[in-house]
Amino acid sequence: MATITGAQALIKAIEQQGTEVAFGVPGGAILPAYDPILDADFRHILARHEQGAGHMAEGYAWATGRVGVAIATSGPGATNLVTPLADALMDSVPIVAVTGQVPTQAVGNDAFQEAYTTGITMPATKHNFFVTDANDIAQTVAEAFHLAGTGRPGPVLVDVPKDVLNAQITWRDPGDISMPGYKPTTEPHPRRIKEAIRMIEGAERPVLYVGGGIIKAEASAALTAFADLTGIPVITTLMGRGAIPDGHPNAIGMPGMHGLYAATTAMQQSDLLVAIGVRFDDRVTGDPEAFAPFAKVIHADIDPAEIGKVRAAEVPVVGDARRILEKMCEAWGESPAPDLDKWWNSIRGWQEKHPLRFQQETDGPIKPQYVVTRLAELADEEAVVVSGVGQHQMWASQFWPFQAPRRWINSGGLGTMGFAVPAAIGAKAGRPDAQVIAVDGDGCFQMTFQELLTASAENIPIKVALFNNAAHGMVRQWQRLFYNGRFSASDLGDRYPDYVKLAESLGCAGLRADRPEDVEGTINRMLEIDDRPVVAEFAVDRDEMVFPMVPAGGPNDVIITGPEDL
Amino acid sequence: MEQRHQVLSVLVENKPGVLARVASLLARRGFNIHSLAVGPTAEPGMSKMTVVVNTPELEQVKKQLHKLINVVKITEMDPATTLERELMLVRVKAEPGRRAEIMALANIFHATAVDVSAHSITFQVLGVPSKINDFVDLLRPFGLQEMVKSGRIAMAREPKGRKLKAVAG
Repeated sequence: MATITGAQALIKAIEQQGTEVAFGVPGGAILPAYDPILDADFRHILARHEQGAGHMAEGYAWATGRVGVAIATSGPGATNLVTPLADALMDSVPIVAVTGQVPTQAVGNDAFQEAYTTGITMPATKHNFFVTDANDIAQTVAEAFHLAGTGRPGPVLVDVPKDVLNAQITWRDPGDISMPGYKPTTEPHPRRIKEAIRMIEGAERPVLYVGGGIIKAEASAALTAFADLTGIPVITTLMGRGAIPDGHPNAIGMPGMHGLYAATTAMQQSDLLVAIGVRFDDRVTGDPEAFAPFAKVIHADIDPAEIGKVRAAEVPVVGDARRILEKMCEAWGESPAPDLDKWWNSIRGWQEKHPLRFQQETDGPIKPQYVVTRLAELADEEAVVVSGVGQHQMWASQFWPFQAPRRWINSGGLGTMGFAVPAAIGAKAGRPDAQVIAVDGDGCFQMTFQELLTASAENIPIKVALFNNAAHGMVRQWQRLFYNGRFSASDLGDRYPDYVKLAESLGCAGLRADRPEDVEGTINRMLEIDDRPVVAEFAVDRDEMVFPMVPAGGPNDVIITGPEDL
Repeated sequence: MEQRHQVLSVLVENKPGVLARVASLLARRGFNIHSLAVGPTAEPGMSKMTVVVNTPELEQVKKQLHKLINVVKITEMDPATTLERELMLVRVKAEPGRRAEIMALANIFHATAVDVSAHSITFQVLGVPSKINDFVDLLRPFGLQEMVKSGRIAMAREPKGRKLKAVAG
């Protein structure tokens, strides 16, 4: 039987997983794998920085629901992947990272471009592997994809020394996957479902508090069905935006630090939180001691460790969110929806009293909320929105109505600035027919904009709506509110760069809107250009702040609804 | 104080780095490890870790450990039905005039003198952790010079019913 190299086995094993695209940067230790990549039946996209490759893999995974793949070399290549790995771990994004390693005999000798990759990435991955025998490559890759994509999804890294990549082996298809320590529970316990239903039937002020777990489990239809059956209000966290259409009558939006007043208050006043695929993040709960003080908790999650981590649950349900919601719908059966009129009246009252708001003056500076609103109106109904981290992210989440899952991609848990541009490229690579719009801030953009070269070179025409307030806007907001307006190191200056010229030099179209009347035309032009990436800069009001706001660590009863509350 | 510690018996796959994974996880989540002992089991490819922690969040410790792919099984040991042992080597100052006194103490604790010099005696003690600690407390006034412990190992006692049946069969 003909032999192949470990590197060929690696690429073949990645192909066997149905991989369509991999994002990577070559280098010394991974070079053997880059030769068979030339003949691979998946597309390789050359990122300009390994961090970019990692976020591209994440964006791809978010947009498609499939496992994203990133490839890097040893040492700095691997360390540059640490941020996307940590990001993917926090937000449960299924990616597999493959890194080259220095040859086995050099490991531990401080060799050129050596880093202890499995050690460094241990707390940043769901699991990682160090392959010492080329005969193990195929099985290891199969296990890595299995781990990444099942249970609570997450990042998995496979580190392969160069001599293992160069070794000659006989290919053997990977066998059955048998990991004695990995058996995620997907099917919920019937008794728990019964208990949950009984508790929901008895509740007067219930809310469904749902998050990224709904998106990962493809549970949106089941969630919407359960909301229809029961009439319970649905709160979608930052990671769960689109889990139920924002246009659905039960949807009341995002809760938490910058959540909608009605959503945050509904949780505070609730007597039952039906929490599914959420983890009671501090950005949602505020002071956990003061969070939802009257509520009993049904907590359903695929990861048992999330249940009871922050908040004790009266009914814990371990399982896949879709299976749980399907079983709950079944158990509810033909029962009539409970009478929640009084509860809904309160919620409608909060919505009317404290809606999201902004004021765009015709002769004033451009309000970022106005740009998001106009973008959402003018963009394709099925557009995929990818954001960075900060004020622009909050405005996008607040003002963009998401009508379906996988149309909102952002870095929630780790809060990785610079996420938007590469993640948008990954999303567009996975869904070339979708309109993919990165909503980015200038601070974020300056961290990863070099990946626009990747977009140009690989003909991935993403659209970047760049909210330029010449500052780290969220930092500035906190400094204004909590540091007596002392703006330390948050001013990025408005003289450089010239974003239009910068975009053009990167092979993109560059547009700019300075005044409110320019906004619509600029958006339309940005949406029209489809033969190359576009950067549309919006010079937005740098003093605009994100409201509502619950100060960090404070109780969710004290909500600053606007500047007049300060 | 000793009673407040909880003992977990953790069955792990014997893979490289598994000890680092367990230690790193406990450190990262802010759980304090009192002692950790690891060794092979009767089952090939598997190792047993005896982890002693002192935490009000034992459920979280167990759940987080379970997330490690190489962790196969976690048993929370019930002190009432658990055999616990620790091995200690301890060197105590022993001037000729005090040797008899020290040896008398050692006899009570079934400690074995494994090294004797002009000014010190080194004992080996095997036993339940509380006994070992009592011995240390009594030696302290003589002047402890050096002390090492193996870390606690634990195993559940065979349930009585099953044992009798086995004998009968």
